[in-house]
Amino acid sequence: MSTTAAPVPGASREQLGRLEEHWGERPSLRAWLTTVDHKKIGRRYLVTAGLFFALAGLSALAMRTQLARPESRLLSPQEYNQLFTMHGTAMIFLFATPMLFGFGNFLVPLLIGARDMAFPKLNALGYWIFLFAGLFMWASLPFGAAPNAGWFAYVPLTGQQHTPGLHMDVYSLGLLFLGIATTAGSINFIVTALKLRAPGMSLNRVPLFVWAIVATAFMVIFALPALNLDNAMLFLDRRFGTHFFDPAAGGNVLLWQHLFWIFGHPDVYIIVMPALGIVSAVLPAFTRRGVVGYVLVVFAIVAISIISFGVWVHHMFATGLPRLSYSFFSAASTIITIPSGIQIFAWLATMLLGRLVVRVPLLFVIGFIVTFVLGGFTGTMFALTAFDQQVTDSYFVVAHFHYVLIGGAVFPILAAIYYWLPKITGRMYHEGLGRWAFWLVFAGMHVTFFPMHLYGLFGMPRRVYTYPSEPGWDGWNLVSTIGSYLLAVGLLLVVVGVVHAIRRGRPAPPDPWGGDTLEWSTDSPPKSYNFPVLPQVHSLHPNWDESSRESMGAGAEADRILADGRTTLLTSELDGRREREVEMPGSSWQPLLLALVMLLFFTAMLFAWYPVAAVAAVAVAGTVATWLWPPRRPDRELGVSA
Amino acid sequence: MSGGVRAATGTAALTTELPVGRSTGWWGMVMFVVTEATLFACLLGSYFYLRFQSGDQWPPPGIAPPTLLKPLVMTAVLLPSSLPVIWAEHGIRKGQRWRLRAGLTATLLLGLTFLALQASEYAEKLHEFTLTTNAYGSLFYVITGFHGLHVLVGLTMIGWLLAASLRGGSFGAHRHDRVRNAAIYWHFVDLVWAAILFTIYLSPRL
Repeated sequence: MSTTAAPVPGASREQLGRLEEHWGERPSLRAWLTTVDHKKIGRRYLVTAGLFFALAGLSALAMRTQLARPESRLLSPQEYNQLFTMHGTAMIFLFATPMLFGFGNFLVPLLIGARDMAFPKLNALGYWIFLFAGLFMWASLPFGAAPNAGWFAYVPLTGQQHTPGLHMDVYSLGLLFLGIATTAGSINFIVTALKLRAPGMSLNRVPLFVWAIVATAFMVIFALPALNLDNAMLFLDRRFGTHFFDPAAGGNVLLWQHLFWIFGHPDVYIIVMPALGIVSAVLPAFTRRGVVGYVLVVFAIVAISIISFGVWVHHMFATGLPRLSYSFFSAASTIITIPSGIQIFAWLATMLLGRLVVRVPLLFVIGFIVTFVLGGFTGTMFALTAFDQQVTDSYFVVAHFHYVLIGGAVFPILAAIYYWLPKITGRMYHEGLGRWAFWLVFAGMHVTFFPMHLYGLFGMPRRVYTYPSEPGWDGWNLVSTIGSYLLAVGLLLVVVGVVHAIRRGRPAPPDPWGGDTLEWSTDSPPKSYNFPVLPQVHSLHPNWDESSRESMGAGAEADRILADGRTTLLTSELDGRREREVEMPGSSWQPLLLALVMLLFFTAMLFAWYPVAAVAAVAVAGTVATWLWPPRRPDRELGVSA
Repeated sequence: MSGGVRAATGTAALTTELPVGRSTGWWGMVMFVVTEATLFACLLGSYFYLRFQSGDQWPPPGIAPPTLLKPLVMTAVLLPSSLPVIWAEHGIRKGQRWRLRAGLTATLLLGLTFLALQASEYAEKLHEFTLTTNAYGSLFYVITGFHGLHVLVGLTMIGWLLAASLRGGSFGAHRHDRVRNAAIYWHFVDLVWAAILFTIYLSPRL
């Protein structure tokens, strides 16, 4: 158990040396800025998303402090508006999705037995854009110019007339900028999962986490354009005087809401789906068996990602749309609970039939099930139009979606942090510290958000910077505030646990949990080339299966070692049959450069320096053109006849 | 397993044509086109939403229904421009560089003609209404302008391919991924125009 070496690889010392030569990077500033290694990029995503989470969390603490008692004057209404808008926007766009994409980046190639993502340079570009877009949005806060009309930015409030200043321009441009990274990342996940799986990994042997992230990526591809279009039209309306949302000139304010929620509801699943994938990935190691009903769970994942596009109007039950549409969307919102239920029951059955090993990741998974089911329960209440119209825009809604998002995304993310920390850092965490963190986070979460159901039902509206002393409001608000500090302490302990593990943790063996998937068959942390020998996969649980494990030992074919260059194997989409070797790009300045000129473009648009923006756009085109310029090859290799 | 058997069953030995299977680039471009197509679907959906939510008269009072002659000529220029690309791609798959060069040049010329026609269409329309006249004007210019931008991007790709193919050492029977990917994008830009023609120019006459 306590060795740090992976099982003896079937590659010779000389082959390992050549692999290191092709894939390894010597630490230097240049290497740091130009790397395309999916593991480093994944780690950066995780750390950066963690920092944005901390900023958004501190905004929430400031708000809870303000709301601890009635008639408080700690924050001005203007400050409060910016804080709750940045809290929501950052948690959704700058924390949840990037954090899960970070795990995806680190894990997908390891889970499918590949040496990198399909498009490593695009991957690096995605990270830099995410970083710059996040800084672009947060930088507006110290200047008092942060977005201030709620994360869903309804017109006409967000129009130039009602919200002058840069606030909503930061919002629309920031999200458009970030959208490039999210789209690029999604395409990368889909293509990686389709083409780079290890030989033998047919679709029915793909780990559930990979299914979940691919389903998420498909949702992004179909949902994000609606948000991008919405933001582009908002920016055009505000800056260039178009009339998309202006009823006086033939526009319509509900167009914003439709497009926003056509994106926005799938986005709930875009956030929750990879987190559910994490749960399916963590459970086998701590129940000592595979997830029950693999095929049903895959079916549920696919069904959710399709049905999620047919429920958006349940966010608009209070807008006076035709009754018939209410009935349709009410029914669809009820139907989507079925595949969600299938997954929950599959996990419960897995725990029932398996042998539980109660470690911190499992605690967070159990915390997830409890919290998420409570959030799902209030969710089905909202599917009933009559009930929805009673509690819409009250704290009941706030309670509901924090149960769904903290339960459905934050708990699995915390489970993932503890579960994969040994693989990512090569160090074990402190179990006792982790347990303390779990109980504090769990208790803090429920103490903060459960009372919100109550004062929501007592009529307290959301998004008010302060409130008069009303029966049932004051006391419960104070309880919520106390809970939020408890939650913050718990999350701080998570950070302490991670830092402690990196500094003082004992070295992690390759497979500390006896996990079932391929990442546990290689070193902790993995070498730059991930696997000395690419595995030949024989089952859904390759690390529990002798023939898959043996395929990485002595006697491996040279074309699964690929020591002669920086290459990886392409396999067929459905059956995972070997097709060919492909060259993978090495480190490059282009991703950073391209992200910088894009940042220049969006900054110039924000401050209306249009000539600069035009120059930046040309620079973007030029960088892309050189990026893709074909290398010169001899005619014989190309196959040219005339 | 002996060395001989291994050599005969390895990936390289089992490869019958080069390149084998769909490339990552192909999938990447198809996914990109899918997300772009969704964007256009949302844009055209917004057009119909605003149309049916506004009054009875569409285009709104003061704007005449669009004339058809010029857009139909534009269609006749743009839609067939996919054919030379297909011909060029089939040529380079056989290693015939001259077909690649000739086909790309033809498409480039057709695409530029389309953009010139669009510019003259704008020059005419801008006398009647602008981006800021009303929601109809906003939709008209944003939809056609966004498509025009796509044509420009597509033409940049075609021009870029042409430049690379003129240099030599870029494309051949075994290396034509980039040609294929740019071709997919160009076909997409063409097909979207058909949807725009129907939405902007034909549907107000229905």
